Amino acid sequence: MAEYHRSDMLAASPSGYCPGCLHSLATRLISDVITELGQQDNALNVISVGCSALNLLYWSGDNLSVAHGRAPAAATGVKRTNPERLVFAYQGDGDLAAIGLAEIMSAANRGENFTVIFANNQTYGMTGGQMAPTTLIGQKTTTTVYGRDPATTGYPLKMCELISQLPAPAYVARFALNSPKGVREARAGIKKAFEMQLAGKGFTFIELLTNCPTNWHLSPLDTLEYMNTNTIPYFVPGVYKDITAKEAQA
Amino acid sequence: MVVINDSLCKNCGYCVKFCPKHILEMGKTRNKRGHFYPVMTDAGKCIGCAICATMCPEGAIDVSEGKEG
Repeated sequence: MAEYHRSDMLAASPSGYCPGCLHSLATRLISDVITELGQQDNALNVISVGCSALNLLYWSGDNLSVAHGRAPAAATGVKRTNPERLVFAYQGDGDLAAIGLAEIMSAANRGENFTVIFANNQTYGMTGGQMAPTTLIGQKTTTTVYGRDPATTGYPLKMCELISQLPAPAYVARFALNSPKGVREARAGIKKAFEMQLAGKGFTFIELLTNCPTNWHLSPLDTLEYMNTNTIPYFVPGVYKDITAKEAQA
Repeated sequence: MVVINDSLCKNCGYCVKFCPKHILEMGKTRNKRGHFYPVMTDAGKCIGCAICATMCPEGAIDVSEGKEG
């Protein structure tokens, strides 16, 4: 028998997310892990801009709301002044991979001891479904109405591959939230990242592949299938870097 | 035992799709926000795997030890 009880960090009301949005599943997973680790009063969520920020409406933990894309910069300051706190930034792909690319790369390169959780749904959800840096080739959005063309807009940005090339990060992994297996792996990955942060191991980065039923113009169940056939072959889930794996071998 | 908190449900259907025993189905009544919510058709067949709760974005499904319901 398995058990599941909703974390009391979440309000008794539903989230502000659309039906089937995996942002709410990601928020739920983070809350579950924080509750499991007994860090409810110690956790601090650095809020980005976009749909990813909506979790502050029904989450009882501490929040710090910062400018668009600057969550890793703000988290650096918070973590350096409060090293005992469990600091994490929850960012979407428009926030992290477009406007905040400098901040995330710099924070990762410095090996700051906090966690970034990156929800990648390949579109700007809150502003109406424009193309994001992670939008797939051929994917239709309101700014790429004939599908993304790499000749004019480049290729989808693979953040895990990019960050795992740096020497400083301690843990870099990508998980897909469209199946029970992926959700369980994501939960274990978030827990590992938080434990590594609490042990002072350094920068940890978790990418979660999510969906956007509203702006993909698909039903929630169809988005899960779309992720299987289109998203996962390009953004391959897996652990890209883990310094503790080397320690365990040695 | 599976308890569905219908007031949190948004009718995404993930629990119905992933239940390995196919004993969840969308009900015919709406909650106060206007969403249909799932009901369990045969509680006796539930194996307590909690996959429905794992996939629920809202955490609307509570799974605990014991049979009944």
